[in-house]
Amino acid sequence: MTAAAVDGPPPVEVRGLVKRYGDLTAVGGVDLTVNAGDVYGYLGPNGAGKTTSLRMMLGLIRPTEGSVRLFGRDPQQTVRALGGVAGFVEAPTFYPYMNGRRNLELLAAFDGNDASSRIDRALDTVELADRARDRVGGYSHGMRQRLGIAAALLREPRLLLLDEPATGLDPGGMRDMRVLIRRLADEGMTVLLSSHLMNEVEEVCNRVGIVRSGKIVYEGAIAELKSSAGTTYRLSTTDDERALAVCRAQPGISNERVESGRISFTADESAVAELSQALIEAGALIRSLAPQTVTLEDLFFSLTEDGDARHPGASAAAPQPAEAAR
Amino acid sequence: MNPGVATVYRWELTKLRYQKRTYLGLGAAIAVPIIFVLAIHFRPDRRGGGDFAFSSYLTRSGLAVPLVLMLFGAVWLFPLITALVAGDIFASEDHNGTLKTIFTRSLERGQIFAGKAFAAATYAVVAIMLSGTVAVVAGSIQSGFNSLQTLSGTVVSAPKALELVYVGLLVYLIPIATVVAIGLLLSTITRNSAAAVVGTLMISLLFQLIGILPGLGGTVPYLLSTQFNAWQGLLRQPIDWAPVVRAAWVCAMYGVPALAAAFLVFLRRDVAGG
Repeated sequence: MTAAAVDGPPPVEVRGLVKRYGDLTAVGGVDLTVNAGDVYGYLGPNGAGKTTSLRMMLGLIRPTEGSVRLFGRDPQQTVRALGGVAGFVEAPTFYPYMNGRRNLELLAAFDGNDASSRIDRALDTVELADRARDRVGGYSHGMRQRLGIAAALLREPRLLLLDEPATGLDPGGMRDMRVLIRRLADEGMTVLLSSHLMNEVEEVCNRVGIVRSGKIVYEGAIAELKSSAGTTYRLSTTDDERALAVCRAQPGISNERVESGRISFTADESAVAELSQALIEAGALIRSLAPQTVTLEDLFFSLTEDGDARHPGASAAAPQPAEAAR
Repeated sequence: MNPGVATVYRWELTKLRYQKRTYLGLGAAIAVPIIFVLAIHFRPDRRGGGDFAFSSYLTRSGLAVPLVLMLFGAVWLFPLITALVAGDIFASEDHNGTLKTIFTRSLERGQIFAGKAFAAATYAVVAIMLSGTVAVVAGSIQSGFNSLQTLSGTVVSAPKALELVYVGLLVYLIPIATVVAIGLLLSTITRNSAAAVVGTLMISLLFQLIGILPGLGGTVPYLLSTQFNAWQGLLRQPIDWAPVVRAAWVCAMYGVPALAAAFLVFLRRDVAGG
């Protein structure tokens, strides 16, 4: 990450972005900022407006309201705003009757400068050099995804926008994609990727924006999101009914409930110590008390689903949307 | 080097080389005059005949063949050949989902539109000229490279007639350019190749239908279909330029708005699919 990159306008700055199709609001006022050097996960359930947002960021569709700035430039005004930007929305697409290399030659010609001199390196990077002479119509989904990355690399981007880059890939392909993204980020590239594969995002990204029904409900560092959720514990005692009552009465304990025959609650370490004492005094002896790891997936479901429709595995006490957003 | 309209044009021509429809259209442009000449050759009565322009000359001069081909090709053959590419050139991008791929490179939409429009026009020019040349060659093999009687009754030498044939083909390109514009418009609006190709052909046929409807005789000079006959003014002595001039402005009247509408739709459209 260069000093200039940090000092200049952020790679992505979206403010009040709205897209309506008649009565349908696909994106309902998204605000997000991707800083230089970020690997930013743009998360949301299907239909939340991720792809529509990305299309607006790339200038493919016009916003009903709001603005997008890429390095301070407006992609709706001119394609020159996409200088230093590359990526794809949904599956990358190519001319199926031409081979992979020919497709890249076309795109390099459309990019100008010396993009064509980077074709071999891009094909090597995505490990497609040996299939570059095959017609794209015969490529697997994974090969097209990799060719999409190669097409993006021709532009020597400072910002890479990827829409569900691992969707449809086999486990090996997903791992390779994660390694590739991580490597590109380590080389100084800023990456914004949309996904609903939480483990992928947790492994690759440092910041996330979570969108629900077209609106951002959380934006920030994954570490902050997880720490703000507190730690969830699972408790088993000799008298769980009494223990649950003790938990409910104990300061610092929240979200107490029974899950799979065990008591689950959220608390910090000092509250847990006091709870242990209170349980002993109440005659509910502890059989087991273990902290549970809060996953991004737990937090995601907490933020994107209604309280009464939480994912069965969700046990985290996520921050309230209003508190969490920035 | 910065990319521009020429870059798009060059690559559109490259893409056309990979597509079957290109060869289907050019194949038809080559095959039809050959079949036509074979039909003349194998006719039981080889004296020519018929009641259309130059029909009586078919067996006396091969140079009459491209002229008769222009006459009948206007009905559906050349509009169809033209529409095969013009109607597909934008719609195929929708079909392949590749608009989003090329719109996120370094070319403005206007440059992409212009490159594609020029490529579609180039294909039409190549198809018409190729068909005309095959007709000249096949006709000359069949009936000889002989002098030709003009519509005014005067006889012109074979080289002069050949010159008139090629100038006639150039004039023929005026309404063909309008068919290209209509094809581009339908390709942009429908985003469906088949609909655009068939639609372009239907519009072309509709003009001919209007021309034969009773009570609409006054519209005939201003119909697109009529402009396909403008080249006949060249086959008069002295040359009658009036139909050529009329073809130019009548075709512009149809073609320019179609092209402008296609341009605006292409420029402003949301690329939400693919």
